[in-house]
Amino acid sequence: MSTVKKNEVREPLIHLSKRTSVNPVRAWAIRIAAIVMGLIVCGLVAFLLIEKLNAHPEKIGDFYTAFIKGSFSTSRKFWKFLKNIAILLCVSLALTPAFRMRFWNIGGEGQTLVGVLGAIAVDFYLGGKIPEWLLLILMFIAALLTGAVWGVIPALFRAKWGTNETLFTLMMNYVATFLVSYFLVIWVPSGSSSLGKLKYGKLPSIGNDYLLIILVVVALAVALYIYLNYTKHGYEINVVGESVRTAQYVGINEKKVIIRTMILSGALCGLAGYLIAAGLDQTVTTESAGGQGFTGIMVAWLGKFNPLAMILTAALIQLLNQGAAQISQDFDVSGAFPNVIVGIILFFIIGSEFFINYEIHFRGHHGLAEAGKEAVK
Amino acid sequence: MEKQLALQMRGITKRFGPVVANNHVDLDVYRGEILAVLGENGCGKTTLMNMIAGIYFPDEGQILIDGKEVVIRSPKDAFEHKIGMIHQHFKLVDLFTAAENVVLGTESKEKYNLKAVNAQVAQIAERYGFRLDPAKKIYDMSVSEKQTVEIIKVLYRGADILILDEPTAVLTPQEITRLFDVLRRMKEDGKSIIIITHKLNEVMEVSDRVAILRRGEHVATVNTAETSETELTEMMVGKKIDLNIHRSAPVNAIPRLVVENLNLYNTEGIHVLKDISFTANGGEILGIAGIAGSGQKELLESISGLQPVESGKITFYNPKKDRPVSFFHKSMKQVRALAEKGAFHDRNLNDVTFHGMSNKAVRKWVQNGDVLFREDEVMNLRDKTPLEIRQLGVHLSFVPEDRLGMGLVGSMDITDNMMLRSYRKGKLGFLNRKKPKAQAEEIIRELEVSTPGVSTPVRRLSGGNVQKVLVGREIAYTPKVLMAAYPVRGLDINSSYTIYNLLNRQKENGVAVIYVGEDLDVLLELCDRILVINGGAVTGIVDARTTTKEEIGLLMTKTDERKEEDA
Repeated sequence: MSTVKKNEVREPLIHLSKRTSVNPVRAWAIRIAAIVMGLIVCGLVAFLLIEKLNAHPEKIGDFYTAFIKGSFSTSRKFWKFLKNIAILLCVSLALTPAFRMRFWNIGGEGQTLVGVLGAIAVDFYLGGKIPEWLLLILMFIAALLTGAVWGVIPALFRAKWGTNETLFTLMMNYVATFLVSYFLVIWVPSGSSSLGKLKYGKLPSIGNDYLLIILVVVALAVALYIYLNYTKHGYEINVVGESVRTAQYVGINEKKVIIRTMILSGALCGLAGYLIAAGLDQTVTTESAGGQGFTGIMVAWLGKFNPLAMILTAALIQLLNQGAAQISQDFDVSGAFPNVIVGIILFFIIGSEFFINYEIHFRGHHGLAEAGKEAVK
Repeated sequence: MEKQLALQMRGITKRFGPVVANNHVDLDVYRGEILAVLGENGCGKTTLMNMIAGIYFPDEGQILIDGKEVVIRSPKDAFEHKIGMIHQHFKLVDLFTAAENVVLGTESKEKYNLKAVNAQVAQIAERYGFRLDPAKKIYDMSVSEKQTVEIIKVLYRGADILILDEPTAVLTPQEITRLFDVLRRMKEDGKSIIIITHKLNEVMEVSDRVAILRRGEHVATVNTAETSETELTEMMVGKKIDLNIHRSAPVNAIPRLVVENLNLYNTEGIHVLKDISFTANGGEILGIAGIAGSGQKELLESISGLQPVESGKITFYNPKKDRPVSFFHKSMKQVRALAEKGAFHDRNLNDVTFHGMSNKAVRKWVQNGDVLFREDEVMNLRDKTPLEIRQLGVHLSFVPEDRLGMGLVGSMDITDNMMLRSYRKGKLGFLNRKKPKAQAEEIIRELEVSTPGVSTPVRRLSGGNVQKVLVGREIAYTPKVLMAAYPVRGLDINSSYTIYNLLNRQKENGVAVIYVGEDLDVLLELCDRILVINGGAVTGIVDARTTTKEEIGLLMTKTDERKEEDA
């Protein structure tokens, strides 16, 4: 006799199966449900951690309205909201061609930062000595060029020696930061290492200070959408990203495509740096890119590398950021609290992808039994 | 003699999302019999077996062993019920010996006593007639030896029910005969053997009964002695099928592609192609036979410009002598350059140089068909990239073995995959999807590709339809040489015959077809000549009409045998 230990029939408690097709309506329902659940969990966490809320549970309504308040309560906040979306979107758009090619460029932060540095360097040395319009053009060229150089270095190494681009681009971020520190020491010998706002090199205001930036980035989103979907370059990027073997098979020089695309990706990060330098700050610090190079990665992933969808994901992330900042202001909590909130909600959004792609069956629930019977017919 | 039931499946149903892989399947297996499970790809054979082996869990239904209902939740449970499965892809540790692999993962304390284990393994091997050295390392083994280790591994654990998933796919004819002898001996020993296959002649040869599955449902189980190949096919496909390949005699076969003394080293420095020489003729199908991994892939890839070769010649002949020049593959600039070299003559055999003529006049003259080639075009393809070969105007089509990893882009739709070879034609850096879309629609119609539409990602299509898209695209390129590596691997009977017919039609159109295959019966029926390759060297080129399977089988292992004798 065989050594049969268990004789009663027992299904495993849970088993997973991959969905063969994704119904877009269901997918969006799951995503929205995930955000709602994330917000509920945020409320619970807030209730536990924030004293003000703990003492007055009726204020929980204020907690949620703060999300809206953070971006929409005043016209100034609303413009700031749009401007922040634009800069974040610009960085994520810059990363998208690389990501489509499965080149994991996580150096957007550094590429943006050197873009700022390049623009400000031109501003610092030439500001006031040449006409403002020429200065702005030179700053533009400098920002794009430095960004492109920062992007192409890891690409060259990858193409020539097969180095890992993830580590390489990440390390280049630190090099960029220290490069900025270095120039700050040279430019500001006094020791404060703070450059202060420069007088020249400011983008003109058209109606609103931020409108030009916003328009540029919207145009970029549309242009990139066309580039990726309707041009030969975009097609080559997709082929190389999907399979280098296929690329070789049809005679695409994948090294050339990688280098070309990283020049583009870096240059667009440089453009984001230019918008920060000439459009907003007129100065550079080691924090000029403000972590957007990393947040941008998330925006691009959530938007499935579709430039138009990324407008929405950038807006969502920005809404959360500003809402959370509003909460920490209204409820008098530490500056770390917004990060907790944003983290919880992103956790739910990213987790929802699992439920979009997989189906979970519990023991005893034969939800699909009907479908099976129909198939028999 | 009363037959004893070993395994029963009752109403087994398994679904993957909305796809029903097995629908209320009933199956009985007796002690001491070989049961063949037959069915087309995607009919649920492997899924069904995986449920017995504990890899999947059925959604509905019962499994009974020796009349008792059991639950098999993991491969470990399966072993407790004395069920063992030999998968298509071996799961062995390369650095271990055969015996070490056999005891790996068992709980017996003996496993540290390698001497005892070696003796036991040798004993099992002797009992069933395997040829195996227990102390040999896996990396030194041939595919067939590795398979032997897998089978012994299962027997060592005391399996009474053995499931073999397409065991013959990777073996030579001689090895298959040996495997079948072993299986028969295990049967006599009272074991139950389930063998999954889609080769009908093997089913007829080795099995006692055949269970046929179609679209996840159990169609029938018949006694092998009472059935025929035609009847089995009919049950499997659900309709009558003509199982003949209509091979025509080659008509005016002329050399198209000549390979001379080709040598290739791979990236690890291993000599993978050794002095390969052959000629592929237009209007002929040249088969390439050999054990998997003998250099077939490298050969086709070096011809198509994907692998830089060490030495040798690859030459393409285009019989153009006294034929009209056209702009079909050449630009105005290329035509003028050739004229400058004296490549053309007119109807009166005078040189044509186009000196002092406008482009318009040249175009008119050429299009009238009055400018003729002086010689055949001879082009060197060695050290050319795929793009350069294309730019030379050589229409070389290649259906690679790895369809979704090389021939197509899985996430792109059919239209975009059509463009892979022609996307550069668009204007001003933009893509033009008009023609590829029309082409995609034509292929879907002509080759009966079942797809929701041209915008379905090819990854979503079934294996047969993926291959139709790939072959369709390569044929739409109007090739002069068409190379196909394992084009029917994993395809069902219907799709396979569609592909054979397509290749035959290309041959009749004068294309030089090179067909790398693994099924010797098909190679014998389809090809005109067969080149046999072993260990990267040509061991023979035979006439497919007069040779036998045995002769090819011997050539496939020719040097191997010699090596064994040396050792």
